[in-house]
Amino acid sequence: DIDDVGHKYHLELVLEDILDKDSTVNCTAEVLYHLGNKNIAPAVQFTIEGELKNTDEADNIFYSRIKSLEKELVAENIPDSHGSVSPEMEPIRLLAQVASGYVIWQNSTENTKFQLAQIKQVKQVKRSDDCLEFDYMILLHEMVSQEIIPWQMTVLWHPQHGVQVTQDSCQPKHVLE
Amino acid sequence: HQVLRIKTRNEEEVQKLQLLESLEHLELDFWINPSTPALPVDVRIPANSVQAVKAFLESHGIEYSILIEDLQVVLDKEKQDMAYSQQRDRSSNSFNYGTYHSLDSIYAELDHLASEYSNIVSKLQIGQSYEKRPLYVLKFSTGGSNRPAIWIDAGIHSREWVTQASAIWIAKKIASDYGKDPSLTSLLNKMDIFLLTVTNPDGYVFTHTTNRMWRKTRSKNQGSRCVGVDPNRNWDAGFGGPGASSNPCSDSYRGPSANSEVEVKSVVNFIKNHGNIRAFLTLHSYSQLLMYPYGYKCTEPADYAELDALGRAAASSIQSLYGTAFTVGSICSTIYQASGGSIDWSYDYGIKYSFAFELRDTGRYGFLLPASQIIPTAEETWLGLKKIMEHVRDNPY
Repeated sequence: DIDDVGHKYHLELVLEDILDKDSTVNCTAEVLYHLGNKNIAPAVQFTIEGELKNTDEADNIFYSRIKSLEKELVAENIPDSHGSVSPEMEPIRLLAQVASGYVIWQNSTENTKFQLAQIKQVKQVKRSDDCLEFDYMILLHEMVSQEIIPWQMTVLWHPQHGVQVTQDSCQPKHVLE
Repeated sequence: HQVLRIKTRNEEEVQKLQLLESLEHLELDFWINPSTPALPVDVRIPANSVQAVKAFLESHGIEYSILIEDLQVVLDKEKQDMAYSQQRDRSSNSFNYGTYHSLDSIYAELDHLASEYSNIVSKLQIGQSYEKRPLYVLKFSTGGSNRPAIWIDAGIHSREWVTQASAIWIAKKIASDYGKDPSLTSLLNKMDIFLLTVTNPDGYVFTHTTNRMWRKTRSKNQGSRCVGVDPNRNWDAGFGGPGASSNPCSDSYRGPSANSEVEVKSVVNFIKNHGNIRAFLTLHSYSQLLMYPYGYKCTEPADYAELDALGRAAASSIQSLYGTAFTVGSICSTIYQASGGSIDWSYDYGIKYSFAFELRDTGRYGFLLPASQIIPTAEETWLGLKKIMEHVRDNPY
């Protein structure tokens, strides 16, 4: 507890590569949840021991594949109801997981626990520069309230420039359902 | 896309293939990479590059054969096969436990099990859902009269598909292991097991037809356009307390009053009328947790020590199979304070061995757990349930 400021947590954790369970890296972090204004994202500082795996090859293959599509990519329900993800959509899903990590961080408090539940829709947006742009409509699952929250996010990506979420907004739940 | 198998005769040819490997624009996908002349090199080639690659190989006199002429054809067939086997459930032997099924398909399998193992399995109807679907419980019994019994339910939250899927696998397991597994056999010789595979059938159908993420029942809420009540906030245990919403539009809406949901009331009535239930075990997903009471308050239950030890033993059994780690603790200390939960009610009612499971995974797929994980999940869960049931058998109270 830090009087008049908030709650600070010191964490020691292990990061595991979801694509390669044997690849792990130690991490220490400090997370500060601000008192009062819950609209500010928690402040995070972290250090990673060692290096993260180089993903250039896979990045470039994905990048070339998307760049060479004749029509902009459009897809829905990833994973589908049965948990299946086609191999072509796997990088699209991984990208969504990274980008949703940012959205989750920006919207987290000590009383929330978010997970990416599903990509309802993804549409590639044509760009004149080298970046890839995807407009995602995702569903976030919030564990404490058990709510499923639709969220729109615009994601930019380039193999050398990394991931950027340029826009995101919470969407209204459809009352009819 | 074509898949070629290339036979290299010497180091020089291997190196030429490694050169090919470095040409990224060809987008070659090596299933077996060029490393030594002793091994063949298998490579998937996108349509656009096929001619170029073949020309390259031929000009260097490198031998190759076509493993797969058209990969799409193979993939389409696989998809077809999978769709076909998903639908096949006509004869008693062909229910595919490794896939997700419709309500009708699950209900048909309940009948098959009751008929195939009629010496120990019977199907009972304990009530009807809000939309008038039957609530079916399988009774596993070797006789006796109102023997001490174990209650297991799944699918109270409809989007937690791995629970209904695991439950039907567990039903088959219990039925077929009797007479073969000494522990289960001795258990069924003394106790009965009641298994409710789909506690919330209306919700389950809704997840198939309309909204895969639906959690609640489908009951209409007076004065609100929002439908449904969270059936696991509707039990008479700290009802109305913190950890449940009073807003009908919320996914954790507790309902207008305890037991307002017919699905919940039906289970309560069954348990009360039976009068000899000794354990109450309920399946949820996801998070990999094994929890005991309480959820509605953060104080320890009187039997804390025993429940905690038993929980840990069960979690250990679960982990022994595939390494899946479960966290053990009370609901309040493990996830959050939640009032109106089923195991709090059953425990306060006098059923000491009350546990709630949260099955796989921990969030990577969440509710959308791939079908390939159904059977492993069911297998490991079964070990945990068995551990608890054995303890109940050996510790009558």
